[in-house]
Amino acid sequence: MADQKIAAYVCQGCGLGERLDTKALAQIAKTDGKAHLIREHEFLCNADGVATIQKDIDEGVTHIAIAACSRRSKTEAFYFPTVAMSRANLREGVIWVRPEGDEHQETTQEMAQDYVRMACAEAKKLVQPMGNTDVACDATVLVVGGGITGMTAALEASKTGYKVILVEKAAQLGGWAGKLWKRVPFKEPFADPADTGVEAMITAIAADGNIKVYLNATIAKTDGAPGRFMIDIATESGSVAQEHVGSIVQASGFTLYDMNKLPELGGGKSPHVVDQAGLEALAKAANGGAIKRADGSAVNTVVFVQCAGQRDDTGKHLSYCSGTCCNTSIKQAMYFKDQNPDVDTVVIFDDLRTPGNGEDFYRSAQKKGVTFTKGKVSSVEANGSGLKVVFNDLILGDQNATIENADLVVLATGQVPNSGVNIDPSKLEEETESVAEFKQISILNLSYRQGPDVPQLKQGFVDSHFICFPYESRRTGIYPAGPVRRPMDIAQATEDATGATMKAIQAIENAAVGRAAHPRSGDLSFPIVRIEGCTQCKRCTVECPFGAIDEDEKRYPVFNESRCRRCGTCMGACPVRVISFENYSVDSVGSQIKAVDMPDEFQEKPRILILACENDAYPALDMAGMNHNNYSAYVRIIPVRCLGSVNLIWVTDALNSGYDGVMMMGCKHGDNYQCHFVKGSEIASQRLSKVDETLKSLNLEPERVQNFEVAITDIERVPQLINDYAAKIQEIGMSPFKF
Amino acid sequence: MSDLNTQAVAKYRNNFLKEVEACVEEGDWVKMCMQCGVCSGSCPFGPHWDHPPQELFMMIRAGKREEVLTSSSMWMCTSCYNCIVRCPREIPITHIMHGLANYAHRLGLAPKNQPTRHFSGLFWNNIIKTGRVNELKLSLGLYFRDGLVSGIKVGMAMASVGIGMVLAKRLNPIELIKPHGCKDTKGIHAMLKKAREIEDRRKGLTAA
Repeated sequence: MADQKIAAYVCQGCGLGERLDTKALAQIAKTDGKAHLIREHEFLCNADGVATIQKDIDEGVTHIAIAACSRRSKTEAFYFPTVAMSRANLREGVIWVRPEGDEHQETTQEMAQDYVRMACAEAKKLVQPMGNTDVACDATVLVVGGGITGMTAALEASKTGYKVILVEKAAQLGGWAGKLWKRVPFKEPFADPADTGVEAMITAIAADGNIKVYLNATIAKTDGAPGRFMIDIATESGSVAQEHVGSIVQASGFTLYDMNKLPELGGGKSPHVVDQAGLEALAKAANGGAIKRADGSAVNTVVFVQCAGQRDDTGKHLSYCSGTCCNTSIKQAMYFKDQNPDVDTVVIFDDLRTPGNGEDFYRSAQKKGVTFTKGKVSSVEANGSGLKVVFNDLILGDQNATIENADLVVLATGQVPNSGVNIDPSKLEEETESVAEFKQISILNLSYRQGPDVPQLKQGFVDSHFICFPYESRRTGIYPAGPVRRPMDIAQATEDATGATMKAIQAIENAAVGRAAHPRSGDLSFPIVRIEGCTQCKRCTVECPFGAIDEDEKRYPVFNESRCRRCGTCMGACPVRVISFENYSVDSVGSQIKAVDMPDEFQEKPRILILACENDAYPALDMAGMNHNNYSAYVRIIPVRCLGSVNLIWVTDALNSGYDGVMMMGCKHGDNYQCHFVKGSEIASQRLSKVDETLKSLNLEPERVQNFEVAITDIERVPQLINDYAAKIQEIGMSPFKF
Repeated sequence: MSDLNTQAVAKYRNNFLKEVEACVEEGDWVKMCMQCGVCSGSCPFGPHWDHPPQELFMMIRAGKREEVLTSSSMWMCTSCYNCIVRCPREIPITHIMHGLANYAHRLGLAPKNQPTRHFSGLFWNNIIKTGRVNELKLSLGLYFRDGLVSGIKVGMAMASVGIGMVLAKRLNPIELIKPHGCKDTKGIHAMLKKAREIEDRRKGLTAA
């Protein structure tokens, strides 16, 4: 890179000028950083400072290193999209975490000087990414599933001006909602069951020129990536239709938990024990008249059994609450009461959970005379022509409370997601057999290397971080919505569908310009592989948390850039280091590690390298700075995209060049993970578990490399971790690898 | 079983909740209880009841007629109104407790020697006689509740208080012989009779 022209800027604002010797810093940038142009400025982020930088860029500067505040601050002021830029964090990373006073001045100044060296070293290795040119844009959304969720998604996407392909496996649209007699009310005064609105939606879809509907059809194959998915749709006639779409909303919904697994509650034993769908069918058959039993006889007493096969702690049934069945039972009890107030309706519940405005609905049912009894049903048996329900009355403490003469019993079984094949075999053994049964048939039939469906988290529900980034799945451009994501009712599913549609549209637009999706939204870099160096070890294709990398017939990795989230896990995995990003590479971090000035053993100044996740740990460190929580001056912090992107060569290099310790700070992993790239921190800790042997072979203590889980809120804890670790390193002593 | 009770049982058979809704003051609120237990937790007498309000409501819904009406629980209510204030469903629990007690009393099912019931009876019979409470007679009636000997004992113990009240002109011994009434005692009696008629008609009770 002969035509590199590097400029370094040292800011004196925010107290930097008073606390640090900026003249010395500028000198360092010149001698050690080898910058061609060095400027000090008293207030770099003001209009004059920014104009100075812009003027230099206009005059031919290609790379800039700004020694001022954290890379997370002043991003609007320091926005120079045409050049590669690095930032030395002197404010949050140095003066705000170091106490004032002459006795600290030397180490604090050294810290700042190292950050300047590191920023210059990094800048040299960066190339401003220009975006992936291999882009495609099919501005069509595929919606899989024609229930309330799917229909809402289709209509919403169409309203926004996008074309929609709607695929439904049944012969008509509507899904579960189409089988309902009425729905739980969603408007004031939340007092009576309401019309489902399914008919109106079907009509609207039929009249919508943007929406193309396939009925009796399934997805035979999904190939490609966001912006250029190729879908094979298997239709009823056996022919296969092919469609090109940009993104996918998976609204494959749920199946009711099989009541035949509940023989003790009469499931499958008596025709007069039905699940909630069974009662809806009876109500539809009655068409507003008195609901009759399957044998045509009248119903005088009906008992609703809540939590049937749900919230089960024995491991036999569903362990979760579906959150919808209480409102449904209330609604179904009203079917009877509204028609004939003399029908006895008893709802036996453990905890009545009525989300949304269900509390008003519950109250309305009480006014109508529905009896609510807190208890747990132990058995439902035939008793003459009727049924005997025995339950433990939890208020009166009666173990054998009995309803002798129920004519009909409705079991409120829960929702089981239709999420297709569980592609993560490690999870499969944990699942109970009964739940696994629903997962035999793939929904999407992805041609991805990692498996035919979207990865699942718990209980078969599709993995998506419900707080930080709902709708995101681990397959870019595929957005699950509705009960396949978590149990939900019609009102929630409608909202969910709208959200997922927005994400699907976003995916199309991102793919069209080669931009990354969440969480590195807008990032134009993408993994570049030097394929001639590849040894076909397959680590990248196995470890990619987003299934972005396929394999070609010669077993070389094939990168699908628009599926990629730019976490760099492949870069961390690659043993021959042939994967890199233009603005983030093994070299760009490695050269920062080597740029640090290493004091010799006898100065008793250890150096500790911190590789901090830029999503959680680095902001926590910045915020520790803002709160002026001090920590050791011996640490040098390098932000990484994800701990998954940490290549072990960095650790080895650091130890070899004399660092006394390495702290890796990543997000919580495991079931309740907080990693923005889902698996990154987990993979990093697995890799790190193998470092111990390397350390032993180097004759180093295992404590010299340690992994820490840090959350963004750990503002007090992070400085403490650093100080404790620094104390431990002092105890162990200096590394023998210093020159 | 009183006539009234036989009649009520025949009329409502097993549906005690309907009976309560029709015959007990504010009884139509019972179905609105959501069993949260805040009333039971708020009641200062809570630990001393056989059945706190929440449980009584559940028993009514479960059709436990005999158990509810013979219970002493609702007689324990001191009308502090804590439960009414705290009930998230705004159920007039205190009123229902009194309503239940009153209904059980009228059916003749209320526990015989329940002190609150005894005092309530004394108070009522005392006040309806002249339209005014005769405090001397009321307190003496209470002293002799457990017989002559204990009555005299209690009377002796309270003698100094009584004498003090006489001296302070808060008590007139003549009231024992010649109680003074309100201006229109007859009118009061007529009014009470009419009120009972109206109540019985509303509750569908014919016998008095």
